[in-house]
Amino acid sequence: MSTPRRILVVGASLAGLRAAEALRSEGFDGELTVLGAEPHMPYDRPPLSKDVLTGSMARADIDFRIPDDLNAEWLLGDAAAGLDVERRVVTSASGRRLGFDGLVIATGSAPRRLPLLEPGSLEGIVELRTVEDSLALRATLERKPRVVLVGCGFIGVEVASSARELGCEVDIVSLDPPLIVAGKLFSDVCSEMLLDHGVRMHIGRHVTEVHGDGRVEAVALDDGVRLEADVVVAAVGAFPVTDWLEGSGVPLDNGVVCDASCAVHGVPGVVAAGDVARWTNPLFGEAPMRIEHWTNAAEQAGAAARTLLHGSGQHTAFSSVPSFWSDHLGTRLQSVGLPLLADRLEVVDGSVQERRFVAVGYRGEEIVGATTYGMVRGLLRYRVQLGQREPVAS
Amino acid sequence: MPVRIHVDRDLCDLHGQCVLTAPELFRFDDNDELQYNEDEVPEALAAKARSAASVCPTSAIELRE
Repeated sequence: MSTPRRILVVGASLAGLRAAEALRSEGFDGELTVLGAEPHMPYDRPPLSKDVLTGSMARADIDFRIPDDLNAEWLLGDAAAGLDVERRVVTSASGRRLGFDGLVIATGSAPRRLPLLEPGSLEGIVELRTVEDSLALRATLERKPRVVLVGCGFIGVEVASSARELGCEVDIVSLDPPLIVAGKLFSDVCSEMLLDHGVRMHIGRHVTEVHGDGRVEAVALDDGVRLEADVVVAAVGAFPVTDWLEGSGVPLDNGVVCDASCAVHGVPGVVAAGDVARWTNPLFGEAPMRIEHWTNAAEQAGAAARTLLHGSGQHTAFSSVPSFWSDHLGTRLQSVGLPLLADRLEVVDGSVQERRFVAVGYRGEEIVGATTYGMVRGLLRYRVQLGQREPVAS
Repeated sequence: MPVRIHVDRDLCDLHGQCVLTAPELFRFDDNDELQYNEDEVPEALAAKARSAASVCPTSAIELRE
């Protein structure tokens, strides 16, 4: 393939920024444009459910540092609306037509919504994705409202932790136990910590009714329990933002379907990275995976950029040991690999009672991941071991 | 271009993503303090150094030419 002269990055968050940086550090000196739906330069999202909510980080603290020599044009506050792969043009919500030779799709993910809990359907029903969401929720939490959290994945548990730190009453309503993706052992420990921190848990339950006139006052659960609420935060997962690619010819199946090098199947000169990308990870073979971790967005964007410049193949394959972290309730959960694939967890270091331990996830005899509360150093050997897995031929 | 690693200790929050990504350049010592290669980064490890910087959750790692 010929080297592109004009590259367009769609998405101006972590993956978009890291892709732009990697394109330049790989020597791309052509025209570089970044299109972003939000009216902001790239900012860091993990603090939105933690330090920004509790007020220990200010708005300015979450802006990413942009390299002085990046030399990119930023088109912000304008979402991508369509892609014409034949003419190689992206159209935007405001009517822009942006031609490209190379395209990086990095539109990320958006919060899933529940019909009963559409944000803004009543005042006090909110979600958390953008900096505006976070700053608005912070202002609300300062008044010590009664908080009902729907969902207890990472965002839910982190918001619960932040809200308790601020002295709010917190009820969690969730079909699944907390952090169940980390495995039952970590979920159980997290449950105990939530209870210790005074969070009331309604597990296996869901919201059946929302009460309030203009502003939310209470929710009713399927077991008849009524929870008074000043604010209801829905945090029930995310879906990849691909609506703008419908009908474009880009293969979509729970994300943009890519090969092992993050090149979009069947569409030359187009790559994807971050929450939106579903690629075949050579280290884990199997089904293509889509990973919503911060670290994946950061690393995969570099890989996608290299593919755009150097072509798809073994030399640009993105072999990744996924990893994530979550700060909550005074501790840090960290994981490497894919503990989700594990059929059993074995504690190998530390003490579960002290909530400071490392557990290794096995599928049969094969190590597929390792997770810790509070002992990141204990993950290192497993990270190294997982990185040495034999790539699975695709 | 040869680079050196600089870690801003005020920003570093000991996530250890750099240690996980580039154990050749970063490590935890016995007191769980972060230690790193303060010499010029060997050419062969330059890409690893860049990866480590790009995955630092607090952007504490800077590569200086």
